[in-house]
Amino acid sequence: MEEPRTPRLLDAGDSCLVAEFGASVDRALNAKVQALKHALAKCAVKGIVELVPTYRSLAVYYDPLLLDREELKKRIESACETLDEASQAESRVVTIPVCYGGTFGPDLENVCAYTGLSKEEVIARHTGRDTYCFMLGFTPGFAYLGGMDESLATPRLENPRTLIPAGSVGIAGKQTGIYPIDSPGGWQLIGRTPLAVFDPLRTPPTLVEAGDWVRFEAISESEYEAIRAAAKAGQYTVKIALRKEAA
Amino acid sequence: MGLFLNVKKGGMSTTVQDFGRWGHQAMGMPVAGAMDPEALAVANLLAGNSPGEAALEITLLGPTLEVEGEGTVAASGADLGLTINGTPAPLWTCLSVKTGDVISFTGPKGRGCRAYLAFSGGIDVPVVMGSRSTYTRAGIGGFEGRALKAGDRVSCGEPLPLWKRTIGFSCPESLRPVRDPEAPIRAVLGPQDDAFTPEALETLFGSTYTITSQADRMGYRLEGPKIPHRTGADIVSDAIPLGAIQVPGHGQPIVMLADRQTTGGYTKPAVVLTADLAVLAQRIPGETVRFARSTPGEGAKLLAERAKRLAALGQLRSEYRTRPQAVGGEVKATSGAFTLRIGGKTALIEWQEL
Repeated sequence: MEEPRTPRLLDAGDSCLVAEFGASVDRALNAKVQALKHALAKCAVKGIVELVPTYRSLAVYYDPLLLDREELKKRIESACETLDEASQAESRVVTIPVCYGGTFGPDLENVCAYTGLSKEEVIARHTGRDTYCFMLGFTPGFAYLGGMDESLATPRLENPRTLIPAGSVGIAGKQTGIYPIDSPGGWQLIGRTPLAVFDPLRTPPTLVEAGDWVRFEAISESEYEAIRAAAKAGQYTVKIALRKEAA
Repeated sequence: MGLFLNVKKGGMSTTVQDFGRWGHQAMGMPVAGAMDPEALAVANLLAGNSPGEAALEITLLGPTLEVEGEGTVAASGADLGLTINGTPAPLWTCLSVKTGDVISFTGPKGRGCRAYLAFSGGIDVPVVMGSRSTYTRAGIGGFEGRALKAGDRVSCGEPLPLWKRTIGFSCPESLRPVRDPEAPIRAVLGPQDDAFTPEALETLFGSTYTITSQADRMGYRLEGPKIPHRTGADIVSDAIPLGAIQVPGHGQPIVMLADRQTTGGYTKPAVVLTADLAVLAQRIPGETVRFARSTPGEGAKLLAERAKRLAALGQLRSEYRTRPQAVGGEVKATSGAFTLRIGGKTALIEWQEL
């Protein structure tokens, strides 16, 4: 389905406007959101406080004492006229190393039992396809990833855990994700990354941004410990590749 | 040398807050910050600080703090029964404190639930992602990411020049923020008003809602006439602006406040005006809320009035500080202020004899 090029501008109080491109979870639509975000960030409009991209819309927070709402609407509309999703055709692929199974992935067997796949096959399918980060939200640093191999889809746990350690990688229905901070949750945990996907004291605090791709890479327990130690000492470089997309 | 505060009792929920951690919502980082930012700004101006300095936000039952060092303190917002060394002390006034003084609270007097306690130099906790505000749910910012408790030792920053000359300065009644417990809470339709029938929106704006016990810095859950959806309550997740009225499947509104999550998948028929959020945030469970329809223009006007009040208080403060003082029998200025214009920009220069 072809979504409109020009977003609907929705009122969201006296200090926020929402530019909405559609109502579905769709990569082409999300690319427009990302493109508008980059276009507005580039022209550095005085009075824009921050830009929050989500699946299908861009929230533009502004200071009404510095920026007139009608003026802001005009700026958004003119940015949309020259919107160039092609400029976003090259996106980052961030490799997240994961130690699957064992104590790090206590629910890997649940996923095997539910999907009828072997452990090796679950790991191969989870690492075999890059997932797209539509947006971050829910908790600090949580990336909404889309595009997991659907044969891995497994329902959430019936009894959620009260504490899931940061870095845990899980599956909930057709979604996969990484817990950025210690939190309760009901996802099926299949592994854990030694990297801090969210660290408020680091610049930038997140490894993955909206519009990036995430590539999971299987590592052993000893590699997990080695990467963890290196990352803690600030000596680990996250693997980032570029992905070229046909528009 | 800044102050230290030795916490004897933490109170119900005493957290370090400033104007909030803006600029990181795209990473899913909630904004946090003072629930009544104007009251925070007034307390800071009175204590001799810049308006957005980190101060203590106190909820209903205040802490007991023993002071170490020499400096100023100023309280604003709700009257929670401030005392110094057991004697009732005035709000909206810059008071001097010294080693051994004990600041405590006897309990709420009248309505309102959040008070701000600003100290000269501000609360000196690390700046995390551009702010000192506490976001307790993830343990980020503030004092060790949590509310204060007995045994904590909190340091204040280096006071700004002229802090001593601020002692005794008080905020005139006309410049104190008004938090009418009965006033309607104004809101702008959108972003998902089209998910509701006109009748449902009339219910939202024509009914009286009661604040439930599930009311905290993240949001206020309200209870009252149900607001039915046209088709469903769930949407593809989008941003949750400050003040958004969220209506999940149960049809009861939740007003999303400072510690709200950045995104969510429920419909939002309207968003409360920024200036009215503090009016709501000073109410407690059991009190009521009526919503009134408003416009973004009215919201901007209220914010401009707020900025004007704060600027006027800043002006009064510099006049207070530069008043002539008797020194050794003769009246002599030991400090002053003048306005400097350079290239169309105006700066207020304050000076003092060191």
